Amino acid sequence: MSLFLVITFVVTLLAAVAAMSLRNLVHCALMLAIAFSGIAAAYLQLNAEFAGFTEILVYVGAIAILIVMAILLTRSGEAPEKSVLTSGWLAGVVVTVMVFTTLGWAVLNSTALPPPPVEAPQATVKNIGDMLMTRYILPLEIIALMLTAAMIGAVIIAFKEDGKSKSSQGNETPIQIGNQPEPLPAGSVESRKEGVA
Amino acid sequence: MTPLQVCLLFSALLFATGFAGAVTRRHAILVLIGIELMLNAANVNLIAFWRFGPHPEALTGFIFVLFSMALAAAEAAVGLALVIAIFRHKKTSNLDEVKDLKG
Repeated sequence: MSLFLVITFVVTLLAAVAAMSLRNLVHCALMLAIAFSGIAAAYLQLNAEFAGFTEILVYVGAIAILIVMAILLTRSGEAPEKSVLTSGWLAGVVVTVMVFTTLGWAVLNSTALPPPPVEAPQATVKNIGDMLMTRYILPLEIIALMLTAAMIGAVIIAFKEDGKSKSSQGNETPIQIGNQPEPLPAGSVESRKEGVA
Repeated sequence: MTPLQVCLLFSALLFATGFAGAVTRRHAILVLIGIELMLNAANVNLIAFWRFGPHPEALTGFIFVLFSMALAAAEAAVGLALVIAIFRHKKTSNLDEVKDLKG
């Protein structure tokens, strides 16, 4: 257990706490990127180099940027004037303390922890590739399928609702038709839909 | 404390931090950030058990982390898409105001 690893842990935890407690969401996203970088540095020191670089690529490179994009798209870049906590935040804090107490007690008192190995393990990219292409080939295919499905699903969910779905939902209710400035002749529903679209 | 216990305690603290953010903040994106931190804490656990466990040559925890990262990326994409859709629908991303399932 090197001192550098402990420093990495402390910096990561500070960044994580800042990411969860700052008021401005953009600052939260930047602190989250620092926390992810710290976790990647911890992976690098735990002999898991490939996982560390994947962490940088996926989390710092993609997810942090995605979160910043979502913050900007929902126009929540500036800090709110009201409280940033939910109404039942005290119960959340209590549950958090209970969760951490349980986890910490289990870690410190467990007798089932394995003894440390004689020498540090090596995970070369060749070994990982061999494993992924032989023993874990089915999970790899399933992950590929799932990523495709998630990508299509995300695009469909976030796709801008254009006139088609809006007009078919809104214009068929009598209230909406009654609010129209001038009544349209019956039978022109199709043309009206196209006009709204 | 053994090195494994230090790693596990760090992971527990990280998990608690993410959990606290996810259950106490009211902005939807902050909740997603908390969930990402919790997923990362689980990954740290897996890497620590792989590094200090009895059979590291099997690479089990390591491969699990790779798959878990792919799942987390998919989860983040879908979750942020949901946040954007809810914002477009209700003009808010405050979770206290998003209470009903009816659109």
